[in-house]
Amino acid sequence: MKKDIILAGVGGQGILTIATVIGTAALLEGLQLKQAEVHGMSQRGGDVQSNLRISSGDISSDLIPEGKADLIISVEPMESLRYINMLDKNNGWLVTSMNPFVNIPNYPPVEDVLKAIWEVPRNVTIDAEKVAKEQGSIKAANIVALGAASPYLGIKYESLEHAIKKIFASKGEDIINLNLKALSAGKNYAVKKT
Amino acid sequence: MQKLLLLGDEAIAQGAIDAGISGVYAYPGTPSTEITEYIQASKDAKENNIRSSWSANEKTAMESAIGMSYAGKKSLVCMKHVGLNVAADAFINSAITGANGGLVVLSADDPSMHSSQNEQDSRFYGKFSLIPVMEPSNQQEAYDMTRYAFELSEKFGTPVLIRVTTRLAHSRAGVERKEMLAQNEIKLPSDLKQFILLPSIARKQYDILLGKQDDFENDAETSGFNTLFDGTDKSLGIIACGLAYNYLAENYQDKELLYPVLKVGQYPIPVNMVNSLYESVDEILVLEDGYPLIEELLRGLLNKGKKVRGRMDGSIPASGELNPNKVAAALKLEVETGHTIPDIVQGRPPKLCDGCSHTDSFTALNEAMLDYSAGRVFSDIGCYTLSALAPLESINSCVDMGASITMAIGAADAGLIPSVAAIGDSTFTHSGITGLLDAVNTKSPITVIILDNSTTGMTGGQDSSAFGKVEEICKGVGVEEDRIRVIKPLRRHHEENLKVIREELEYNGVSVIIAKRECIQTLGRRMKEKARQKREVKTVK
Repeated sequence: MKKDIILAGVGGQGILTIATVIGTAALLEGLQLKQAEVHGMSQRGGDVQSNLRISSGDISSDLIPEGKADLIISVEPMESLRYINMLDKNNGWLVTSMNPFVNIPNYPPVEDVLKAIWEVPRNVTIDAEKVAKEQGSIKAANIVALGAASPYLGIKYESLEHAIKKIFASKGEDIINLNLKALSAGKNYAVKKT
Repeated sequence: MQKLLLLGDEAIAQGAIDAGISGVYAYPGTPSTEITEYIQASKDAKENNIRSSWSANEKTAMESAIGMSYAGKKSLVCMKHVGLNVAADAFINSAITGANGGLVVLSADDPSMHSSQNEQDSRFYGKFSLIPVMEPSNQQEAYDMTRYAFELSEKFGTPVLIRVTTRLAHSRAGVERKEMLAQNEIKLPSDLKQFILLPSIARKQYDILLGKQDDFENDAETSGFNTLFDGTDKSLGIIACGLAYNYLAENYQDKELLYPVLKVGQYPIPVNMVNSLYESVDEILVLEDGYPLIEELLRGLLNKGKKVRGRMDGSIPASGELNPNKVAAALKLEVETGHTIPDIVQGRPPKLCDGCSHTDSFTALNEAMLDYSAGRVFSDIGCYTLSALAPLESINSCVDMGASITMAIGAADAGLIPSVAAIGDSTFTHSGITGLLDAVNTKSPITVIILDNSTTGMTGGQDSSAFGKVEEICKGVGVEEDRIRVIKPLRRHHEENLKVIREELEYNGVSVIIAKRECIQTLGRRMKEKARQKREVKTVK
């Protein structure tokens, strides 16, 4: 088993939380992992990405080679396209939230962004904020996006649930349940749509 | 023993804790910050009284670490690559004094300049100062080499440099811990003159250092951190340093690597190993995640030997960090490409946070500067450097920590009056105070705006050495009391702040305006923590 995943978004949108959930789940399944993060300057409202590699064997590079990623999970539509060159053209999946994060004056029309995403073979777009809100809080939009990507992760869904319980343990039952519901809603949406 | 999921930085920190350090000294700087933060948060470090609070700058950190080594205990000092420039005087002389207790210097380089002004390669500092350098390729090696660096330091009585790059510093993987070694007892050097670098003693010490070079090289040949893998295809030999080895291995996941490979993780360069490789192959490819250190030496000035490929002949781009694709291209392997990135994707540069005090300070400064010709605001390094970008576009320089004040002095001396310096509180205590003293002594007509948000913001909100004392420091340095103005950078104070800035720009001498308001990020964190504590108290009741 080997999955190379690019996580994308804007600083503060919670992509490192997604990475932690997947990473914890992978460890629960006894897999190896490497996860390159972005710290420092780019965190201030800039674009951020993380390279997450999971494998049953040894992993060499901390960076995923171009054109080799199995999956892009993005919490922002334009950001999902920024790393599209990393995606495996023949097998890769692109899963992204449809909610634009507009903090630059020249953000393109969102219809154009979505059109470009829909041209990518094997894509899933989800209104993660709306789905998260329906589950109780817009803050769980990142976990909704993770849920939508869960069928393509190569990790058991129960392991993701287990990871969420572990990671949010200190935040109490309500937060755990919110995130479990968000994960489930994201997954159901993706399964229904594809 | 227990396997931990650690960043490269955290692996170094854990390695140092387990090597039995008594202290870590550091100034925050991406990508090195997490090392000290990890030690500050570590239960083991707390239980063993490992000192870990931030130093005012890299030079004070380095000197304190030398002091701890003098007293016989093990110390770690951490900085980003450009911080080693600040610490260079102490660092290079520490090679001459030698170490008593284990002394390990960690420098985190930033090829591709993710968060830096240059991509200098710290291995050159190791070569320059004639001390051993370790360069880990993965998180486990980061842990193992840190432990080994302390052993090496005490075995040969020398400081040891560890060099990592951003990618390893900020990448997580599983790390196996070993047993925790005890700290040293106080034990002064057997020669109490060893650390007195008067010329007569320094000459002797320098000879001792030169005399250790063979030992350092022998160790690099035998420690196990440099490995020569033989191959059957001798048309090419590969030297892969540090992280570059992973990118090489990545390209041979599904096929056999037939070329001989020298994996380098410890310097001085293991010359015998390099020679064995060189003699056995037709040409050499050198993979280094930084400047071409080995490549340049191997190639020589006249480049008349075997063909040496790497950054200097264009096999690999001269700048920027390595990655699997660049290495594939250098190996003439087929390089995979993905989809084309559509043109509609726009850049999203980092920016000041919503509600940041710097925005209000620069908005007022921008308006005040409209009275003068453009190009008068000198700045340096911190979140406030982001004011260089739209929409503020306030500053005209960023060279190094503290250069705002001193560049303003020079520009004013040249006749650019008024000149303005914009500097943060942490940068001011790092390297601004001495510049301000220069300005006071020469009555330089500059206006210094100290953006005091009570933290080291850009690296994530570490303690600033100012600790609310900026006003007192300025008085102590000799700035006239009525020329020290404190303003609160808030939108609703815009008019009065503008008036203060205008008055001080008009003053023909040193003025300091302290724009004082807490960083919005640390404020948010503090409030959250307060709310959490309140909740806890309630639950207890």
